[in-house]
Amino acid sequence: MEIAFYLSGLVAVLATVGVITGTSPVHAVVYLIVSLIAVAMVFFALGAPFAGALEIIVYAGAIMVLFVFVVMMLNLRPDAERELTWTHPRYWLGPSLLALVLLGALLALLRQGGVSEVIDGELLTARAVGLTLFGPWLMVVELAAILLLAALVTASHVGRRSNPLNRKMSGNRNRGGTP
Amino acid sequence: MNWWTPELAAILWGMFQALVILLGAVLLGAALTVVERRLLGLWQDRYGPNRVGPFGTLQLIADMLKIFFKEDWIPPFADWPLFVLAPIIAFASLLLSFVIIPITPGWGVADMHIGLLFFLAMAGINVYAVLLGGWASGNKYALLGALRASAQTLSYEVFMGLSLMGVVALAGSFNMRDIVNAQEGLWFIIPQFFGFATFFIAGVAVTHRHPFDQPEAEQELADGYHIEYSGMKFGMFFIGEYVGMVLVSALIVTLFFGGWHGPWLPPILWFAIKTGFFLMLFILLRASLPRPRYDRVMSFGWKVCLPLTLINLLATGAVMLLVGG
Repeated sequence: MEIAFYLSGLVAVLATVGVITGTSPVHAVVYLIVSLIAVAMVFFALGAPFAGALEIIVYAGAIMVLFVFVVMMLNLRPDAERELTWTHPRYWLGPSLLALVLLGALLALLRQGGVSEVIDGELLTARAVGLTLFGPWLMVVELAAILLLAALVTASHVGRRSNPLNRKMSGNRNRGGTP
Repeated sequence: MNWWTPELAAILWGMFQALVILLGAVLLGAALTVVERRLLGLWQDRYGPNRVGPFGTLQLIADMLKIFFKEDWIPPFADWPLFVLAPIIAFASLLLSFVIIPITPGWGVADMHIGLLFFLAMAGINVYAVLLGGWASGNKYALLGALRASAQTLSYEVFMGLSLMGVVALAGSFNMRDIVNAQEGLWFIIPQFFGFATFFIAGVAVTHRHPFDQPEAEQELADGYHIEYSGMKFGMFFIGEYVGMVLVSALIVTLFFGGWHGPWLPPILWFAIKTGFFLMLFILLRASLPRPRYDRVMSFGWKVCLPLTLINLLATGAVMLLVGG
């Protein structure tokens, strides 16, 4: 399993580099999907197939579809000139410093050891995940559920047809729909 | 002969099974293209393809020859990497899902304990085939078809997963073999009728079969997302659709109709008979139903099927708690 772990890790890193270096937005999003699938493979190799399957279903299968959808609708073409203006230090200096701090923290953590204990083939089943979520972490699950419900209610309020804001924006295009 | 160990024999036997199941699925998908046209002819009171070979049985070979020798054209305005990638995803993602289906007690490719989730993951990836194919073609009909397809598939995948959770709760496992074994006494179609009904609808919608074929509606979109495809790339989209039909039929049989279980006949025959029945049902649906309007399809999914699956899941949980103590 170790070779699968390293191979899929490599694919994830390369695909993520592809996301950053690509100039075509749709290609970048496709690289991101490949990266997510590779991360799911890493989960499989680590003995957590449930997490891997959920990664593909939720991230690659649902969220990224919306990304592709939006990028497709914007109809962006590769724009190398505009990309060049974004390489000005003003844009990347701050985030790079912050990422450097994170890298330092990561390296310090790796130096402390205990890394070899991470890769073991213990299989994490769906039952075990469910029992943990709805046992000790029940409160967190319920809080997340309330947050999502609030987001859902907000979205349905913003998107409803009788909303005056919505009507003004879409004009009379909705006339053909259900009365 | 000391390299011939039982482990090697087991590996080779497993590979042989995988190969047979792979070829079987592809060939069945290809053969269905002709079977469907003959059956449509029968039900619509016309002949259908009956010229090539006895009763048109060799039509498949004629179609294959034609599709192989067609010019494989990539439009100059297309985005070629994604244009090539899309049919591969369409074909491979559905074909990969066959690894989880246990055909008989001894036959099946992989016995994963996340079985059902693997299918849902592959169905999720399958959306990209249509989405990327439609965008990469650089054609507005293709793009419209891709937009419809992605919205439809996303909506119907939500309750497709939920409709199966009742089965998972009853069997206590995502593993397909455990699910089949749990149906030894009673097929899940009886306690999970609403789960079956919604899964069947979702299965038809996810494979873009009639009456949920708005993404490729000929009359409105001139074939939708695969309008620019020709030759074998179109063939992969086309066969992929039929492979999807076989897959959904096999899944329905495994999840709701007891898989290989049945009296008198051997398990493989029972599996084949049940799967064949659902394949015929797919074709009969196409022969008999008109295509609904697109917004009706969407609101049916969200306002009827989704609440139905949620109530079904709640009721299943409540009954299981009451009966189980």
